[in-house]
Amino acid sequence: MSTADSITPRSREPHAVSAILYEWVADWGALAMEGILAVGDYALFVWRTLAWMFTRLPRKETLLPNFYQVGVLSLPVVALTGTFIGMVLAVQSYNMFADIGLETRLGGVITLSLVRELGPVLAATMLAGRVGSAMAAELGTMRVTEQIDALDSMGANPLNYLVVPRFIACVLLIPTLTIMANFMGVTGGYFYSIVILGIDKHHYLQHSQQFVGGFDLFMGVFKSVFFGAIIAMVSCYRGFHCAPGAEGVGRAATASFVYSFVLILIVDLMLDIVLDGIHHSLWPDGVKLLGP
Amino acid sequence: MLAARAQLERDVAEAAGRPLVEVREVSIEFGHQAVLREIEVDIPRGQTLAVIGESGCGKTVLLKTIIGLIRPTSGQVLFDGQDLTRLNDRELTQQRIRFGFVFQNAALFDSMTIGQNVAFPLRQHAKLDDAEIRERVLDRLREVGLSEAVVRKKPAELSGGMRKRVGLARALVLNPELMLYDEPTTGLDPIMSDVINELILRTRQLHTVTSVVVTHDMRTARKVADRVIMVMPLSRLRPDEPQIIFDGPPSELDRSKDRRVTQFVQGEAGERLSELSHESN
Repeated sequence: MSTADSITPRSREPHAVSAILYEWVADWGALAMEGILAVGDYALFVWRTLAWMFTRLPRKETLLPNFYQVGVLSLPVVALTGTFIGMVLAVQSYNMFADIGLETRLGGVITLSLVRELGPVLAATMLAGRVGSAMAAELGTMRVTEQIDALDSMGANPLNYLVVPRFIACVLLIPTLTIMANFMGVTGGYFYSIVILGIDKHHYLQHSQQFVGGFDLFMGVFKSVFFGAIIAMVSCYRGFHCAPGAEGVGRAATASFVYSFVLILIVDLMLDIVLDGIHHSLWPDGVKLLGP
Repeated sequence: MLAARAQLERDVAEAAGRPLVEVREVSIEFGHQAVLREIEVDIPRGQTLAVIGESGCGKTVLLKTIIGLIRPTSGQVLFDGQDLTRLNDRELTQQRIRFGFVFQNAALFDSMTIGQNVAFPLRQHAKLDDAEIRERVLDRLREVGLSEAVVRKKPAELSGGMRKRVGLARALVLNPELMLYDEPTTGLDPIMSDVINELILRTRQLHTVTSVVVTHDMRTARKVADRVIMVMPLSRLRPDEPQIIFDGPPSELDRSKDRRVTQFVQGEAGERLSELSHESN
C-alpha cells in the first residue's frame, strides 16, 4: 500500500464530519427561523385584526350570521355533550366514593369538575370542532378561489370583513355556551346520581353547594373567553394561509382544530395556575386545588 | 400668490401628462423563488395594455402588484403619482376604490346572490339608498348583457361566461379609473370569448378607463389592446436579460425579430417540449 493511499481516507474524515455537522446546524437553524417567522406572522395577524376591530366595528349584516353560526347552531351539540359528560362523571366516580361511604360527595365532585374545567374545555372543544374547522375551510376556500383577493380589490379589508366578526362572535358567545355546558352537565350528573344511582338528594345538593363557590363559576366562564379568542384567531389564520387546492383546504380545517385544541389545553393550564394563585391570595383559608 | 398659482398649474399639467401607473424596477420573490425581476412599465391614461406570456411567467403577479394585493420585494408602484408600496392598510383600501379587478374565475362571493355581489362595492363605499343601488346594479348587469332574472340567483347557478360577465359588472359598478383583467377569456368557448372582448372594448368606450389585460389568448391581445408587452419566465432567461422581451403595438408582434415572441404569437411549440422535459429533470 502506498503512502498516499493510506493517508487519503483519514484526511477526508474530518471534512465529512464537519459537513454533516454543518448540515445539521443549518437544518435546525432553518427550522428555528421558520418557527420564529410563523409566530411573528401569527402575532401580526392578531395585532392587525385587533387594530381593525377598534378602528371600525363590523356591520350588523356580517355580525349576525356569525352570531347565529357560533351561538345558536352550537347550542344543541354543547348541551348534549355537557349532559352526557355530567352522567359519565357520575358513573365513573360512584363506585370509588360508594366504597368509602362518601357517595353524597359526588355532587361536589361533579359540579366542581364541570364548572371549573370540563364545562369550558368541552364547550371550547365543540366550538373548535364545529365552528373553527368550518371557519378555516370557508376562509380557505375563499382564499383558493380568490374571493379574499376580490374583497381586498374592492376596498373591503378582509380582516375587518371576515375575521373581526368571527372573532367577536366567538369571544362574546363562548361564555354562554360554557354556562350551557355547565348547566346541562350538572343536570345530567344530578339525574344519573339521584334517579339512577339513588343517592340522597338533600346531601348531594348540600355538598354541591359547599364545594362550589362564585369564584369557581367565574373562573370557568373567564377562561372560556380566552378559548374563544384562540379558536377564532387560529381558525381564521389557518384559513387565510391555506395552501392551494382541495388538499390545502382540508389541511387548513384539520390544522385549525389540532392547533386550537393544543393551545386551549396549554392556556387552560396557565390560567388555572394564575387564577388559583389569585383565589388563594384572596381567600387564604379556602381550599387550594393546585400546587402544594 | 401668483407663484403659488403658477406652481399649482404646473402640478396639474404634470399630473395630466403623467402615466396613470408607473411600475419602477419591481422585483418579486416568494421565499427563494424569484418571479419578477426589475420590471419597468408605464401605463398612460386611457391606454389598454395587454400583458402576454406563457403560464407561470408572472403576469398575474404583476397585475396583483399593480393593485397592491402583492407587495413587491423591491421597487415601487406609483398609481396617479402615489407610491402604493408605502401606503398602510387603510390608505390602500381607500385607493382601491379607483380600481376594478376582473378575476380569472370571476371570484364571486358564493354565499351571496348575483345582485348582492354586484351591489357589494356600492354598499361598502357609496352612500346610496336601496332603490338607487338596485338601479345601478341593474344598469351594470344590462351593460354586460345580463337580465334582471339573474339578480336573485347564486353564482353556482350560472355558466362560466355569465359569471365572468357578473365579475365585470361588479368591477365596473364604482366607475373605476383603472380596469384590470386577469385571463378574461380563459375557459370560455370562442363565441363567449369574443363577447368578453367586445365588452372590454365597450367598457373602454363608455367609461374612458385605462385597462390592463393579462392574457395568453392572442385574439384578445390583438383585438382589445393598444399596446402589448410580453413577459418571459425567469427560468428561461440569462441573469442579465430583461424580463420584458416585447413592448409595442399588437401589429408589430408578427414582425418581431425575437424568435421567442413570434413562436408564442403563432402558438408553435418548436423545441419547447424537449426544453420542458429538460427543465423538469
